[in-house]
Amino acid sequence: MKRVLSNLKYYKKETVLGPLFKLFEALLELLVPLIVSYIIDKGIKADTPNKKMIIAMSILLIVVALIGFVFSIVAQFFNAKAAVGLSSKLRKNVYSKIQGLSYLQLDEIGTSSLITIMTNDVNQVQVGVNLTLRLFLRSPIVVFGALIMAFLIDVNLALIFLGVILLLLLVVLGIMFICIPLYKKVQNRLDEVTLSTRENLVGARVIRAFAKEKSEIEEFKNKNRDLVSSQKIVGFVSSLMNPLTYVIVNFGIILLIYFGAIKVDGGVLSQGNIVALYNYLSIILVELIKLANLVITINKSIACGHRIDNVLSLNPNLKYTEEKVDDSSFIEYRNVSLQYNIGSDEKALENINFKVEKGQIIGIIGGTGSGKTSIINLLPHFYDATEGKVILDGKNVNSYNDEELRMRFGIVPQKAVLFRGTIRSNLLWGNANASENDLIEALEVSQAMDFVSKKEGGIDGCVEQNGANFSGGQKQRLSIARALTRKPEILILDDSTSALDYLTDFKLRSAIRKLSYKPTVFIVSQRTSSIQDADLIIVLDEGKIVGKGTHEELLNSCVEYQEIYYSQVRKEEKHDEK
Amino acid sequence: MKNKKLSFFLFKYWYLISLSLLLAILIVFLQLAIPFWIGESIDLIVGKNDVEFERISLNLIRISISIVLCALAQFVMTNINNSLTFNISRDIRNEAMIKIEHLPLKYIDTHPFGAILSNVIGDVEQLSDGLLLGFSQLFSGVITILGTIGFMFVISWKIAIVVIVLSPLSLFVAKFIATKTHSMFLLQSKTRGEQTSFIEEMVNNQKVVQAFSHEDENEITFDEINERLYACSLKANFYSSTTNPSTRFINAIIYAIVCLIGAFNVIGGTISVGNMSTLLNYANQYTKPFNDISSVITELQNALACSSRIFELINQEEESDDSKGKVIDNPQGEFDIQNVYFSYNEEKPLIQDFSLKIKKGTVVALVGPTGCGKTTLINLLMRFYDVNDGSISLDGYNIQSLKRESLRSSIGMVLQETWLKKGTIRENIILGKGDATDEEIIKACKEAHSYHFIMQMKDGLNTMINEDGGNLSQGQKQLLCITRIMLCKPEILILDEATSSIDTRTEIRIQKAFNKLMENRTSFIVAHRLSTIQNADVILVMKDGNIIEKGNHNELLALNGFYKQLYFSQFEKN
Repeated sequence: MKRVLSNLKYYKKETVLGPLFKLFEALLELLVPLIVSYIIDKGIKADTPNKKMIIAMSILLIVVALIGFVFSIVAQFFNAKAAVGLSSKLRKNVYSKIQGLSYLQLDEIGTSSLITIMTNDVNQVQVGVNLTLRLFLRSPIVVFGALIMAFLIDVNLALIFLGVILLLLLVVLGIMFICIPLYKKVQNRLDEVTLSTRENLVGARVIRAFAKEKSEIEEFKNKNRDLVSSQKIVGFVSSLMNPLTYVIVNFGIILLIYFGAIKVDGGVLSQGNIVALYNYLSIILVELIKLANLVITINKSIACGHRIDNVLSLNPNLKYTEEKVDDSSFIEYRNVSLQYNIGSDEKALENINFKVEKGQIIGIIGGTGSGKTSIINLLPHFYDATEGKVILDGKNVNSYNDEELRMRFGIVPQKAVLFRGTIRSNLLWGNANASENDLIEALEVSQAMDFVSKKEGGIDGCVEQNGANFSGGQKQRLSIARALTRKPEILILDDSTSALDYLTDFKLRSAIRKLSYKPTVFIVSQRTSSIQDADLIIVLDEGKIVGKGTHEELLNSCVEYQEIYYSQVRKEEKHDEK
Repeated sequence: MKNKKLSFFLFKYWYLISLSLLLAILIVFLQLAIPFWIGESIDLIVGKNDVEFERISLNLIRISISIVLCALAQFVMTNINNSLTFNISRDIRNEAMIKIEHLPLKYIDTHPFGAILSNVIGDVEQLSDGLLLGFSQLFSGVITILGTIGFMFVISWKIAIVVIVLSPLSLFVAKFIATKTHSMFLLQSKTRGEQTSFIEEMVNNQKVVQAFSHEDENEITFDEINERLYACSLKANFYSSTTNPSTRFINAIIYAIVCLIGAFNVIGGTISVGNMSTLLNYANQYTKPFNDISSVITELQNALACSSRIFELINQEEESDDSKGKVIDNPQGEFDIQNVYFSYNEEKPLIQDFSLKIKKGTVVALVGPTGCGKTTLINLLMRFYDVNDGSISLDGYNIQSLKRESLRSSIGMVLQETWLKKGTIRENIILGKGDATDEEIIKACKEAHSYHFIMQMKDGLNTMINEDGGNLSQGQKQLLCITRIMLCKPEILILDEATSSIDTRTEIRIQKAFNKLMENRTSFIVAHRLSTIQNADVILVMKDGNIIEKGNHNELLALNGFYKQLYFSQFEKN
């Protein structure tokens, strides 16, 4: 929570002045019963009714209200500024924090919860802070103030106030204490209902194919019933709040009148005093009800604040060293192992060793989950190797500045992602200073020119969110083009041609080979056809290298490679294709 | 199918609704009477040695009873209202879910899930909260206003009239501020939307952003939007927050005026001090419902908008009634497709005059470029969509004359897009055969080659999987979907890119199991990798909704056409 609220330091003035003006306003409000009591005792009940004084006092009431109005407008302004300012700073800080998170941290938190934190949670904190500044400080002050006023009027009767306030606090806090965990349960059950609805929409085909409609409806009804039963429990407990507070305050009033009557009879108090005390009790009731309703909102905000705090407390967890290695190839993996979860024994990569010379083409192949992507993610230092070294150009990759390091790469991730904008704006991600010719070259090499030129607007044609107006294969080619505009020293294609037909894939690979700047290329693929002309093929199985060499070498020596190859191209077809 | 309306759901609870309204009247009456009696009691406390204890005691007893009664009534009413709200949302949601299960797939395919979801969850919540609570608030608000006016008239008609004339002022002020700030709120929500979609797009793809070292550029864009949001949020927030002080100020003026006139009336002898105190109390209470009403009305409008969205869903047309349909006991799997025409969209004809006879046990493979109609054909065979013209028959019965359940449960389908529900692996596997024994399940797992990875998981078959199998790889999800089919062994098989995410070594092993399963079973296979379909009895080469070539592998190669072109493109070498 500290990291969240510390952002209020930019709004010190507002955070202090807002509640302060609220306090002034509350104090003015406490004057009203006193004035009324004065009118009754000194104006009406005086031996000769003092009409001038009554008029003056009524005007005073309006003046007090007017000053209170000005104070509260000022307070609202400062409060709004502090709350809105805080949320704005929070969003900025969280976004900035996300930029520095490592892949590992992104995996752990999950992007969807980051999005919820940045939008929903920050807004909730804004609401919470605003309400706290406006009311949370005001209400206790008013209650406390009313109590003090009561003591000023009559100490004995004020004890009734004390009792009423303590009882009310007990009731309000008790009910809240019971309700908060129950609310969480309701929320969880609502999530279940939501999930069930989503599943039934997404899986409509499967559910119908298995004729499961009836049992799904039953299951939904059960979840819905659970939701309603927990809602009713919370509803029941919280429905005690209003009647109980009402009873407590009104019995307080009865006691007040009864004992007040005795005191007036004894000549210790006046009728006006009784009216004033009665009004103070009414004020307390109103404030406490406001307060109770607030607590639920504020509780939510605190939960959201904790989530934000968790993100802000993250420190980038990549390790950096200054390590030079003299006798290395251009790229070299030495005894590299990788473990995503330090707790478990499961290794994503184990004892990886290989060398790559500048300008070579490297193929990486293996089954699902064999560690292909893990290997290449180590090179731009997206993850730290758990053991061993990944060396680039004579230095451990963790001795480079990340940005400097990554600028040398052109990376085409497995999932082809385009951003809203134009084709051009997407390509410029690779290199903001790319010339028109660079862009065209990149599009041609990536085999995207034909469909780009057919697109309305050509290279300035629009790209919808998530590249929704392009097919899978087109998105893959555009994301390859984006990597190429950088003219990278090292190009990484992570299974990024899976949606291309064999012919286009082949043309793409030939064009990459002919690039004038001779990048070192890593091709990750499930297809042997995509990598069979590579200078070095690495065959992975369950995180270990089980074969290294050229296509011909591996066909002779590596059982796993043979299996993969023949599963895709059967023996008899080799005759057909001659 | 009759159109259902909100009143249908409300009517069921008419007795609760009437009871709630009666209690509201009682509560308002007591809440107004109590200050009145307290005022009376105060009048009995005049001064030294001038207190009528007996009458005060009687009065206080009366007040005590009323307080308890009022609190009880409040408690009961709140619970009735809760019950109403929760039960009605439950009823509407159940109805919506039943509808979802019976909607034509066309509706589900063409409406974004998010929209339907927010209908069933968010809109229902808004409706029940807004409509019912809004209505009960509005109702007790109006009763309070009327009741207060009544009591005030009883005490002093002059003051009552003053209050009635003045109090709408605060309504006007609230309305005035709301209109003035409306455009600020619009700007705020527009800017917030802009920021949200930026966040969604960029944070979702944060890894790509980092891979391209695009963090700084993004921060600049983000900060720019954030600054704008700050500015317009501040305005909207501040200006709208002036409503409360303004209305309270007006209330305070009314209070002062009541005090002034009241005091003069006391002097004039028309009312007592206690009366005046009661009037002041009313003046405080009376303006509150006025302030509430304006916000309640917006809430009601909002709830009605939600209601119309929900009932649009609930009153959607369902799939045609098939309760009188035939049930095939022992399906053979002979299909006869005659002159079928179909399109999703009238302007774009897709399948035209398509005919095909399929004998029992035939393996039919469908190949062709994306969008050529392969999946559409499956949609028609499963009757997810109905043909526009022509007919499809199974074992001599037009499939439109069959019960959908009978047709569908004789066909086993594995799709490229896997679907798993939250639950255990076992629950997901036995979807097609609820009474399967452990031996049968394990056998199916072994056949589908999912046994190995299932056993590696913490609780084996009883391992919980997340929403949509989040903790499994795409390949593992496909293996589980295949296991389902291996378990229930339906008479007819449809495999639509069923092994696309499985690595080729495992795929070969599964293929063997499939080949065994397909013996004597009519099967339809869609695949990108042509190697998986070479052994099919009939290969249909589709393009633009039409079959352009038809035959087995060797015949098609000999034809030297589109199939051959497709086939050899996968072996292109440099």
